[in-house]
Amino acid sequence: MEITGIFKYLYELLQSTGLPQVLVDIIALASAAVMIFGVLAVIALFLVWWERKVSAHIQQRFGPMRTGWHGWRQTIADAVKLLQKEDITPSTVDRPVFFWAPVIAFVAAFMVYVTIPFGDGLIVSDLNIGILFIIAITTFTIISLLMAGWGSNNKYALLGGMRSAAQVVSYEVPMVVSVLAVIVFAGSLSMVDIVQSQAKIYKWYFFRLPFGPIAFFTYIIAATAETNRTPFDLPEAEQELVAGFNVEYSGMKFAMFFLAEFVNMFTVSAIGATLFFGGWQGPLLPSWVWFLVKTFALVFVLMWFRWTYPRLRVDQLMEFSWKFLLPVSFANLILAGWMKYSGWFNW
Amino acid sequence: MEQYLAVLIFLFAGIGLVLFTFFFSRLIRPANPYKAKNQNYECAEKPIGDSWIKFNNRFYIFALIFVVFDVEAVFLFPWAVAFGRLGLYALIEMIIFIVILIFGLFYAWKRGVLKWV
Repeated sequence: MEITGIFKYLYELLQSTGLPQVLVDIIALASAAVMIFGVLAVIALFLVWWERKVSAHIQQRFGPMRTGWHGWRQTIADAVKLLQKEDITPSTVDRPVFFWAPVIAFVAAFMVYVTIPFGDGLIVSDLNIGILFIIAITTFTIISLLMAGWGSNNKYALLGGMRSAAQVVSYEVPMVVSVLAVIVFAGSLSMVDIVQSQAKIYKWYFFRLPFGPIAFFTYIIAATAETNRTPFDLPEAEQELVAGFNVEYSGMKFAMFFLAEFVNMFTVSAIGATLFFGGWQGPLLPSWVWFLVKTFALVFVLMWFRWTYPRLRVDQLMEFSWKFLLPVSFANLILAGWMKYSGWFNW
Repeated sequence: MEQYLAVLIFLFAGIGLVLFTFFFSRLIRPANPYKAKNQNYECAEKPIGDSWIKFNNRFYIFALIFVVFDVEAVFLFPWAVAFGRLGLYALIEMIIFIVILIFGLFYAWKRGVLKWV
């Protein structure tokens, strides 16, 4: 049976208990939320392991090998260890701000999954403002960064928090504009509509020359910066800032930042796969397999970046966004508009 | 509005799940705070002064420009969705709009505001 069939069956089972419709919806959505939380935790654990393996093999090492087959149990052990770690709250911090920062970081990463299409029909709620909602929610990350940086009462955290916020703010605009170029073509903000408008491989927005690749490359660069990954990982530059905004965090609070980071990495790849590579569409295999294959391929590209490019300097980083990416993405948006109007590649 | 029930549920479920994880870890983790452990981290030195100082806030200018362009994006979203039905008129309108904003960006650039040092 298809996965959607199972969900439909469970939903009908819930309805047949005779509860009021609102309550049925709330229970169904709450269980969906818990399930997605579980899926995200597994994905994050897998990504941590995978990142270690990819890094190791790029550097001609093996990475974790001792715990299970190619060390697959390593991250599970790490997670259990983090759960048992003492949670130290320094006496000088601003307690409420310090406490809520990791919560906001994770919730902002988590809420996006309301409208990410995992497969054909595998979407919690197909919001008609889909991609706009995703962009709006991910922006909340900035607040958590500033809260963590300021609330920690630590110099490294302050510098790291300020840098992260400035970076995320700067790369937000090129990212939004490159997404807009796709929306001009799709004519809808709903993630499902965007996927359905690229039913065949030649319809993928990546292959609509010349606007598609330009939009994708500005998107992937901005997304790398948004998730604070190398070569844009200045906020966490270990050599100068120790760990950046999360230097004072330990135990589960640190784990939440860590989890949010990997979930965000998966999110930007999922959006990239949905907007430019046809989302769940593909032959033979079930739709969710295609979605995961495309998303993990993009995640791999992000990891590949990490071991290919050296870290940028902070002024280069800011100037690259405002003086290069932003004008390019705006020019690309106008180009996309013109292509749509003239009917070029508009099948 | 029914679509948006999911957003509300996910907000509360997200907060709830994180707080539950904190609670669960509290049950199994040790807790042994003392004065030296609760000091702020400053490379094993005693922290010098407070971190809540007047900070060289270069961030402020970038935040201002960000707000300008983000508000612009708010205008661009409905345009992008309806573009297929509006045609050439909308395209020219939007080019004018974007050019005005790009002009503002170049003004900021020439004033040296976009330097981060």
